Amino acid sequence: MPAMAPSKKSSASTGVGVRRRPRTAYLLLIPGLGWLSIFFVVPLISLFATSLQAPTGKNGVYQAAFQVSNYAEAIAEYWPQFVRSFIYSGIATVLALVIAYPLAYFIAFRAGKWRALLLVLVVAPFFASFLLRTYAWRTILADEGFITSFFNMLHLLPEQRILNTPIAVVLGLTYNFLPFMILPLYAALERIDPRLIEAAGDLYASPFTGFRKVVWPLSLPGVVAGTLLTFIPASGDYINATLLGAPSDRMVGNAIQTNFLQFRDYPIASALSFILMAIILTLVFVYIRRAGTEDLV
Amino acid sequence: MDASGDVQDLHLLDLTKAFGDFVAVDDLTLTIPAGSFFALLGPSGCGKTTTLRMVAGLEDPTQGQILLGETDITHEKPYKRHVNTVFQSYALFPHLDIFENVAFGLRRRGIKNVEPQVTAMLELVELGPLARRKPAQLSGGQQQRVAVARALINQPGVLLLDEPLGALDLKLRRQMQIELKRIQTEVGTTFVHVTHDQEEAMTMADTVAVMNKGRIEQMGAPIDIYDLPQTSFVANFLGQSNLLSGSVNSGGDVLEVSAQGQRFGVPSNRSVVTSGDIVIGVRPEKLSLAAAGEQVADGRNAIPGRVTDASFTGVSTQYLVMTPWDAEWVVFEQNRASAIMRPGDEVTIHWEVRHTFGLAPAEAV
Repeated sequence: MPAMAPSKKSSASTGVGVRRRPRTAYLLLIPGLGWLSIFFVVPLISLFATSLQAPTGKNGVYQAAFQVSNYAEAIAEYWPQFVRSFIYSGIATVLALVIAYPLAYFIAFRAGKWRALLLVLVVAPFFASFLLRTYAWRTILADEGFITSFFNMLHLLPEQRILNTPIAVVLGLTYNFLPFMILPLYAALERIDPRLIEAAGDLYASPFTGFRKVVWPLSLPGVVAGTLLTFIPASGDYINATLLGAPSDRMVGNAIQTNFLQFRDYPIASALSFILMAIILTLVFVYIRRAGTEDLV
Repeated sequence: MDASGDVQDLHLLDLTKAFGDFVAVDDLTLTIPAGSFFALLGPSGCGKTTTLRMVAGLEDPTQGQILLGETDITHEKPYKRHVNTVFQSYALFPHLDIFENVAFGLRRRGIKNVEPQVTAMLELVELGPLARRKPAQLSGGQQQRVAVARALINQPGVLLLDEPLGALDLKLRRQMQIELKRIQTEVGTTFVHVTHDQEEAMTMADTVAVMNKGRIEQMGAPIDIYDLPQTSFVANFLGQSNLLSGSVNSGGDVLEVSAQGQRFGVPSNRSVVTSGDIVIGVRPEKLSLAAAGEQVADGRNAIPGRVTDASFTGVSTQYLVMTPWDAEWVVFEQNRASAIMRPGDEVTIHWEVRHTFGLAPAEAV
């Protein structure tokens, strides 16, 4: 009986905590919800309405309608840009993963006292503007630049150049979104107890098997987060295609941009945005289900 | 389940490990007999864990050799050694369930049908019903048993245990000590157990090696080390001891020692030194107290003192007695005597000569 008393008391006190917690939590949600509804939900609805508008005959002026054919038109005209977007950003994501994983692994397990410095260096590019850095790549990859000359010497370039080819666009995307891959990977790897790697070795796993059976599965949440943070913005990007690619390398972001700003064809631009969003959401959903990360600790 | 077929002696020969200037393990030579429960006991930083990690292959020796039976495994990769470890924090794989944790080693060695072995092993550690749980869903004691099962299922030549009970509370630790001892007897594998808990080492091990500063101070059966410590470090690390410096007056079967103006007898076969400076010692439970002035039987060692503290623990009473030279002696007395001394009482501490041991003075070691 005496043993019952404290547990009763503690359950009563947690009961109070449970009752009080949701109200506080909802209060904390207010700023975020307010911000999102004003600057995300409302524009999204307005964008959706725009995507169904019909022309009035006057250039750049449209009227409310329910013109679903805008979507069909957008797909018919711009499907190559969609395909290109997903191919480029897909390759860039894989490249970024291949580059980022060993780097993040090194920082997490081997860097010792250099860890903080290396992490600062990973983020350092953000101190310069995205646009500026992409411009710099024009110089780096220029036709007379040493990189292009070097590869030309080995006769490795089909078009004898890198700039204004899909290669440059993919390289630019990889470079620009690399930190978004490194940081979540680092966060996931850093949480892994190095003793687990020792334990795998102790239990007859070679270093490679130990990596495959222990480190890789435990780092999957980081892999999923990193690939999403790279793939999603890369598929909607238009700066890299504009600055580093030829007109034939344009991505869906470019199509949206020119329709909005040059052709002033707002319904098509809005429809393109919605189609892009739908495709990305579907891909992400399938991807997360396949990766099975909800099962991971 | 019986692994005694390939259980072999473990030999460490002149094993040394230095980290920069710091020598963690200093020229260690040691044979651990096959099938024994061996404890490496010492304070933190004494080199016991480093020794264990060298045997596991997780640390490369600076010098020396490790032999398992006749095979030199000094530079063999950890994943090729037939040695398994129970890690201090268990290091269970959090993404695998208990069954897969235990099956890990078997699968890595290409064994296809792991089910019967894993089931039998989980049975041995009494975790059968929890096979499909994740490690995070288990209590500390259960996790500990998974760690043992995961290592033991591989029937290692030697099982290494690195402070395996350190994270458990006292009651669970007692229970697991008995459990581990039972498992060891059942499978017959050599257990090398690293611990800083002297009671744990004494309860479980057949042989205890007391380590200090990278060296083994003394090795033997717990009862022998306790009864006859050979260095003052051992005398105080393994149980408590009352020590007193003096010098040997005359030899013979019983050395006559004078210290603090008193004479004491020390059996010469219980003394490390037989002439010159000496430190004599006696365990607290070997001491008796008599009221000052009361006649003490002839032939017993005796010193005067004043009780400063008496704590009644039920089975015994623990006294602190201040000697005339300001050393506090610890006395455990069974509660059979009618009179219990009180703080302030003048007393005589007395004990049998045959319980005294003699050590070399600290600076000579």
